[in-house]
Amino acid sequence: MFDLTGKKALVTGASGGIGSAIAKALAAQGAEVALSGTRMGALEDVAKGISGKTHILPCNLSDLDAVERLVPDAEATMGGLDILINNAGMTRDNLFMRMKDEEWDDVLKINLTAPFHLTRAAVKGMMKRRFGRIISITSVVGVVGNPGQGNYAATKAGLGGMSKALAYEVASRGVTVNMIAPGFIASAMTDELNEKQHETIMQKVPAGRLGTADEVAACAAFLASDAAGYITGHTLNVNGGMVML
Amino acid sequence: MSDIEDRVRKIVVEHLNVEADKVTEKASFMDDLGADSLDQVELVMAFEEEFGVEIPDDAAESIQTFGDAVAFLTKATA
Repeated sequence: MFDLTGKKALVTGASGGIGSAIAKALAAQGAEVALSGTRMGALEDVAKGISGKTHILPCNLSDLDAVERLVPDAEATMGGLDILINNAGMTRDNLFMRMKDEEWDDVLKINLTAPFHLTRAAVKGMMKRRFGRIISITSVVGVVGNPGQGNYAATKAGLGGMSKALAYEVASRGVTVNMIAPGFIASAMTDELNEKQHETIMQKVPAGRLGTADEVAACAAFLASDAAGYITGHTLNVNGGMVML
Repeated sequence: MSDIEDRVRKIVVEHLNVEADKVTEKASFMDDLGADSLDQVELVMAFEEEFGVEIPDDAAESIQTFGDAVAFLTKATA
């Protein structure tokens, strides 16, 4: 139903838990996938786990020149780009009053400025081809906030505003711009939580469990497909009912 | 009528879905031919592709009429 045969996708942060799951899900629907990230070995491992056609395009998203080259590289490698997944992100948590300028700047650069550059580059070809899917991974904290994450929450809310503004501009050209906002997803990070922390989190989640990266990835496969062509400027919340927006 | 004029007119007619005889030298893409700002950007992209030239943003902004486009592209491809 969510067939992506012949579609060409670029996933940033593809070596991470959610990024690799998205890459696999898109490939499973038939898409050709370019994996981007900074950890070469990890990207190769992800590529090995995918039976479809993949490419590895290393990119440090804090280097704007490299960012500017990534989409043209992906287009040249695959002969076009239909799906852009802005997944890469970072945190540098600190209490607001203690937050350093660098902590603010670094997080904005990776989480907001890089997606802006990638999206601007990608949307041009998508408009020409009258088809495109821009999907950004945001977070529930962009809407509800989270102590210690002033910088991170700002970027996630910022991605939301950016995506909606762009969604208006390109809707008539067959390009949709959407977001996926995960809640607590099982990852290397949540593995490190102790039992008490785990319990505290679970009290906030009606589903009573952590989400999985595959559950986030399934949303990306859906939003990328022709089936989701009439959905734009939307956020799919994948949070087990933690926040019902 | 020059070859460049013909090619530009063809692009304008196709993109904006207008009659060829409406595309006169003084015809403004936005005021006379119904283009919105996104159409304007797309026209410039189509000109770039057709003529193999790069049209910088400030030049793109100065291309308001069919005549402007023909003049720019005549110069750019000379």
